[in-house]
Amino acid sequence: MLNINNLHAKVEDKDILKGINLNINAGEVHAIMGPNGSGKSTLASVISGKDEFELTQGEIIFEGSDISELDPEERAHKGVFLSFQYPVEIPGVSVTNFIKTAINENRKAQGQKDMPASEMLKMIKEKADLLEIDRKFLSRSLNVGFSGGEKKRNEIFQMAMLEPKLAILDETDSGLDIDALKIVANGVNKLKSSDNAVILITHYQRLLDYIVPDFVHVLMDGKIVKSGTKELAYELEEKGYDWIKEELV
Amino acid sequence: MNLKDKLLSSYIAFEDHLEDDSPLHDLRSEAIKTFEVNGFPTKKEEAWKYTSLKSLLKNDYSLFPKLDHAVEFKDVKKYFLHDIDTYKIVFVDGVYSSFLSETTHDKLDVCLMSSALSKSKYKPVIEAYFNKVAKEDSLTSLNTAFAKEGAYINIPKHQEVDKPIEIIYFSTGNEAALLLQPRNLIVVGENAHVQIIERHQCLSDNAVLTNAVTEVFTEKRAVVDYYKIQNDCRTASLIDNTFISQERESNCSVHTFSFGGNITRNNLNFYQKGEHCDSTLKGITILEDKQHVDHNTLVHHIAPNCESHQNYKGIFDDASTGVFNGKIIVSKEAQKTNAFQQNNNILISDKATINAKPQLEIFADDVKCSHGCTIGQFDEDALFYLRSRGIAKKEAQALLMYAFANTVLESVKIPELKARINKLIATKIGVNLGFDI
Repeated sequence: MLNINNLHAKVEDKDILKGINLNINAGEVHAIMGPNGSGKSTLASVISGKDEFELTQGEIIFEGSDISELDPEERAHKGVFLSFQYPVEIPGVSVTNFIKTAINENRKAQGQKDMPASEMLKMIKEKADLLEIDRKFLSRSLNVGFSGGEKKRNEIFQMAMLEPKLAILDETDSGLDIDALKIVANGVNKLKSSDNAVILITHYQRLLDYIVPDFVHVLMDGKIVKSGTKELAYELEEKGYDWIKEELV
Repeated sequence: MNLKDKLLSSYIAFEDHLEDDSPLHDLRSEAIKTFEVNGFPTKKEEAWKYTSLKSLLKNDYSLFPKLDHAVEFKDVKKYFLHDIDTYKIVFVDGVYSSFLSETTHDKLDVCLMSSALSKSKYKPVIEAYFNKVAKEDSLTSLNTAFAKEGAYINIPKHQEVDKPIEIIYFSTGNEAALLLQPRNLIVVGENAHVQIIERHQCLSDNAVLTNAVTEVFTEKRAVVDYYKIQNDCRTASLIDNTFISQERESNCSVHTFSFGGNITRNNLNFYQKGEHCDSTLKGITILEDKQHVDHNTLVHHIAPNCESHQNYKGIFDDASTGVFNGKIIVSKEAQKTNAFQQNNNILISDKATINAKPQLEIFADDVKCSHGCTIGQFDEDALFYLRSRGIAKKEAQALLMYAFANTVLESVKIPELKARINKLIATKIGVNLGFDI
């Protein structure tokens, strides 16, 4: 589904990604771990098309075609979704209106008509229930005054509504208490299928107890320096990252 | 004959028609002299540096349209807040339309300036309030000289007005060019509450210039919410001179929604005369083409322990121009004043212009005053967030503009009006949101 080959990216004059290689197949869950500043969030943003970053080398092949030149919205239309580490507050636009706009914009891009209101309402209700989201929450302004946990739950709600092929969850676990984490993880697990894939970007192994990855990658200084299975995450939790640095030397 | 000379010579004929014992006789004579000396303001004056009236003064305006031109309610219904019950004071080409209006003398006076000026029972109120807070600048004086018609509202103390009052000035375009000078007087008694909506609406493409003066007196603990809807056609220009005098513990807000018109100048002046007053001045300006809106605000803190909150937002497209000139004066006696001013603008086009000028004159030493002004494009992070959800750049920008403007609506207290303005903003900006859910 996703093949990233020798990807280099910089912001202003600083190299951040220095040759990333990553292959993800449909049905898989990949975790990307690594210390602060290693380039995890940059990788997520680059896959989604944030133009603050300049790609200097390499390619991002999604479902057979290079998407590295596409606008963020075009990537979204192809099925790429990013759950933000810091979702942006949009006053005056309710969660419902926002998601309706997003869904219909995606449909427009596929040449489809707007989703009928009744169908939309039914879907909103169903997905809100899945994430145990209160109805009142849906009429509030997008992310305005939301707690950290509410923001993340709202991100996953949007993911549930948009049904992406590839979901990148950037530190979705940060700011969540254990109950909220379980709800979010349960939501992600229910949305998982053999047709879609998930990239989990996280600092902690804790999330991986609830969303079990098929592969774990360690990102350090803009490169994937080690890959393994979920046992690698336990090892990182226990020993930190220093031993990998030593191994590399 | 230029417009100034035409006005001066018309004044003689106008004054002849008035009764000699009019309490305003001396006031008018003084006012026309002020106008004669100063004339129309030019860009040479500091306060008019960015707004030129020159293009407007070339028209040959009719000054006294005679007929009450019939206007069908169904044709103008959309300009009213028709989904709720309101009091209505409606004028067509400067003449009161009893047919479109819905006034009352029951517990409150919602009626006409012409009656108030001519009938003896109103004399004490006129003597106590008329022209008592209005500045003696040239344009206000011009209005005072010709003041004849407008809304007269007097709310007795402790009266909570049961429904909003709409003041609407229609112009039919039956005159090739029309100069209107409405004069409103609003007196809100102790502890009384009132909500007022004011609108000037041209019904054709003929030129209209309105030089309006409104005086508002809020007595002790009175609450006044005033909404100005400026969504007129492109041939209509407005000079709005509003003066608000606040007594202690009163609360007054003015929201100005400027979405249309040719040249619009808002001179909005607040005078806080008693302690613990609260004043709110908010505005949303959304312009395109060559439209021009100038917000010239003054908040004069005269008494201690008062607050003022200003928040003006503007979105400027094409070659439109905006001006925000916000002056705050804190007198020496006005200790413990809290005065806040915010002016945020988005320029969409390279040709759009905003001139922003905050002016703070503080003579007291124990005050909190702040002002902030931003002129920017879009928040890139917010734009990326929306686009990453599949919303195309143009729509994402529109959604952000909508969100930007919409925050000003939070303090609008009439839900139907809020919904109306909300829709207007969405239409203006081109976002299609479902408002039903």
